[in-house]
Amino acid sequence: MSVASPNGSFVRTEMLSPEAPPLAERGLVKWVRENLFSSVLNTILTLAGLAFVIYAIASALPWFLNGVWNAKDLKECRAIITASAGPEATGACWALIRERWHQFLFGFYPADLYWRPVLALGLLLISLAPLLYYGLRRANVMLVGIVSVATLIALALLDHDITHLLLFAAVFAALSALASVAPKRLIWLTLVFPLLAFFLLWGGSVWGPVGVAAGFVILALVYRLTKIALGVVVATGVGVVAAAVWWLMLQTSVTTALHALMPVGIPPVSSDQFGGFLLAFVIGVTAIGASLPIGILLALGRRSDMMLIKTLCVGFIEFVRGVPLITVLFTATLLLGYFLPPQSNFDVVLRVIILVTFFSAAYLAEVIRGGLAALPKGQSEAADALGLDYWQAQRLIIMPQALKVSIPGIVSSFIGLFKDTTLVAFVGLMDPLKGVTTIVRADVAWKGIYWEPYIFVGVIFFAVCFGMSRYSMYLEQKLKTDHR
Amino acid sequence: MTLAADAPKEAFRLSMLIYDTRYRSYTIQVAVLVLLLLFMGWITDNTIKNLAERGKDISFNFLWQRAGYDIDQQLIPYTNDSTHGRAAVIGILNTLVVAIFGCLFATVIGVVAGVLRLSKNWLVARIMTVYVEVFRNVPVVLWIIVASVFLTETQPQPRDYKVTDEMIAAGESPKAEMLFGAFAITGRSTNMPAPLLTRPLPTVEIATVPVSLSLLAFLAVVIGSVMVNSRYLAKVKAEQEATGLRPTTWWKSLLILFGPSIALLVAMGLHLDYPALKGFNFQGGISVSHAFSALLVALSLYTGAFIAENVRGGIQAISRGQSEAAFALGLRPGRAMKLVILPQALRVIIPPLISQYLNLTKNTSLGIAVGYLDLRGTLGGITMNQTGREMECMLLMMGIYLVISLIVSSVMNAYNNAVKLKER
Repeated sequence: MSVASPNGSFVRTEMLSPEAPPLAERGLVKWVRENLFSSVLNTILTLAGLAFVIYAIASALPWFLNGVWNAKDLKECRAIITASAGPEATGACWALIRERWHQFLFGFYPADLYWRPVLALGLLLISLAPLLYYGLRRANVMLVGIVSVATLIALALLDHDITHLLLFAAVFAALSALASVAPKRLIWLTLVFPLLAFFLLWGGSVWGPVGVAAGFVILALVYRLTKIALGVVVATGVGVVAAAVWWLMLQTSVTTALHALMPVGIPPVSSDQFGGFLLAFVIGVTAIGASLPIGILLALGRRSDMMLIKTLCVGFIEFVRGVPLITVLFTATLLLGYFLPPQSNFDVVLRVIILVTFFSAAYLAEVIRGGLAALPKGQSEAADALGLDYWQAQRLIIMPQALKVSIPGIVSSFIGLFKDTTLVAFVGLMDPLKGVTTIVRADVAWKGIYWEPYIFVGVIFFAVCFGMSRYSMYLEQKLKTDHR
Repeated sequence: MTLAADAPKEAFRLSMLIYDTRYRSYTIQVAVLVLLLLFMGWITDNTIKNLAERGKDISFNFLWQRAGYDIDQQLIPYTNDSTHGRAAVIGILNTLVVAIFGCLFATVIGVVAGVLRLSKNWLVARIMTVYVEVFRNVPVVLWIIVASVFLTETQPQPRDYKVTDEMIAAGESPKAEMLFGAFAITGRSTNMPAPLLTRPLPTVEIATVPVSLSLLAFLAVVIGSVMVNSRYLAKVKAEQEATGLRPTTWWKSLLILFGPSIALLVAMGLHLDYPALKGFNFQGGISVSHAFSALLVALSLYTGAFIAENVRGGIQAISRGQSEAAFALGLRPGRAMKLVILPQALRVIIPPLISQYLNLTKNTSLGIAVGYLDLRGTLGGITMNQTGREMECMLLMMGIYLVISLIVSSVMNAYNNAVKLKER
């Protein structure tokens, strides 16, 4: 160990091996000391929190554990719980969900047509893939593959005959192959998805959606042909006019004639049969998709140099943001009839979607305006100096940066919009929360049940909204280009 | 030597209206104006035709007709003989009451939850994260309904509070007991003590609204003592800056703040009127309807979760160097928070806080889910259904909500300007 030198002093020649830290400074004990009991206040907070958690679990857990999945009414549920857990025990009656899940998901949509909304949801998720993960082959293939398998399983569970299933399997296989070969091409599915979804959900003749699509084709063709001769602005105008002429004057007669010649279609479903989460998704997704472009235009209009445009945009945004959504919904059902030509009576779901879209666009405009304000003026000046025109500058320089900054705000607007779809219950539509739940609770068999339907609906809303907020965090991280 | 001359003056050509940026904006604006006027004309024309077809006209006379329905929560006197206009005013007041109390509670909840979410205490931080995420990601209508179901379906009925002679003889206690002998939540309403005065000042009636002079006197005394206190603190501060010594202020401050108002209340004979079970329900005290409580609780918790996120973001936006510098100066954590962190964090927190207050105010219209008679319930609900005047009621209601929103946002913006960083 040590060497005794001639004069009697000691010199250590070897290092001592380090001692393990004291028990209180390592492992679990250290963590607990530092994170739970570091001071008197923290100890009190920890004990209070612990008491709260234990109380919450102790009062809710038996209720969940005693849950009954198999019963035909509330009385039978209660009887089963009393028999198994004693007379004082309480328990959840999930049998209600088991019996009525289809109403929570689809409303009064015809049961033998459930495959249509399911297929539409699957295609929605697939057409979201190129938007969410543009050009990322791995992520696209993963997403498309998982969604395809899940949708096929769901379709198989809805017991469809084997030829249909094979057809769907072929479609999904083709989409998966496309995702793995050319993930960017999936954007074409995204572009036609609105019409496809409309056709799947509302059904009817195939020629209606085809006619609408033809309008867009006309727009694109006219734009292509006249762009060189007339320039971008005028060509766009001419294209829009041509498409409008088609939609307003020619389309109905042409599609009617085509339908008489070749009646291709699927059974129609009317809007008042829509309900539950199907309705929430239809309103939410359409309004989200349509409100983003309108919101961008409103935000640009608000920053415009043109006095009239600016005043109009400011007035619209401030008016819409100043009134509650519910008054806007009442406007859709009560007042829109006054503003439109007499005897014109169009679908209430469509009316609600249009007004919800404008409502949400005003909020988005403010979020995007914040993003625009965060950009230094030099960016637009540099774009001007490069000779880009206004729309080129917006598209190539300004918007990519402004939208990136405003992603968290945009996504929380979307989450808010999706949650607000529950408000349509107050204008008589069957939203999952109040509309369907009221119908279910009015049933004699389930009278007196209250927590279960709300928990079921709440959990689904939570999953969707939480997923969206997590995705926005991922996107924020991915698009971050600074080095902080 | 050549001089830069002015560009040659071009003659105006018609195509410049589209291709020259100097003139294009006029072209666009004129086109928009024409389209706008056409659109307005089209809508007006449709409205006139539709109104004529249904045999209606635009008239606000119904506001002075008898309403004929009851409202259970009324801050100014109202009977079913009052006018529709007065019912609308009751509705506005009910909206404002929920909005004001909601903003107050949501702020308290939000600040506490936001600060605790950043706490070093692992358990508490996790609990607060769960609270924030759960409440933010579920529709507020669900929380309103759940709060209402909780209050009306799971709370004891008034009869459960009954104590009979047989029960006393048998030594049994009733199924439910009042909290501190003063508060009782039953399946029908929440009952709490009411402050009453034995020697009140007279009540005067201003424009059919009775105004209690006692309340006005109390408010005047409170405002007066706050003002005197701030004068006193300013004087103390001047003295501290002159001599370097700060006199003891806390007991003088407390005396100035609370002394006069307590003296006034004692002089007017303040006492509490406790609710008591009489017959089938509680009598006396203040009885708060469950529609109000459910709306208030749900909106406070829901908006509180959003405010918690704003508070957390605001505190995190202050760089660590600020608090480290404050500690290096020898400030204790509390004073570092008060003098260094909070003044900077407030600037980040207040703008989103304004929009949360606005959201809460607008969300009060969701009282429809529990049948709360706010502005939407009276003017936009029963009055509209009774008179059939959708156009007038909707326009009036939207206008009133707009005015309320504008007032809230202008007040909060004024406050924001007061605390904003003063830059060049």
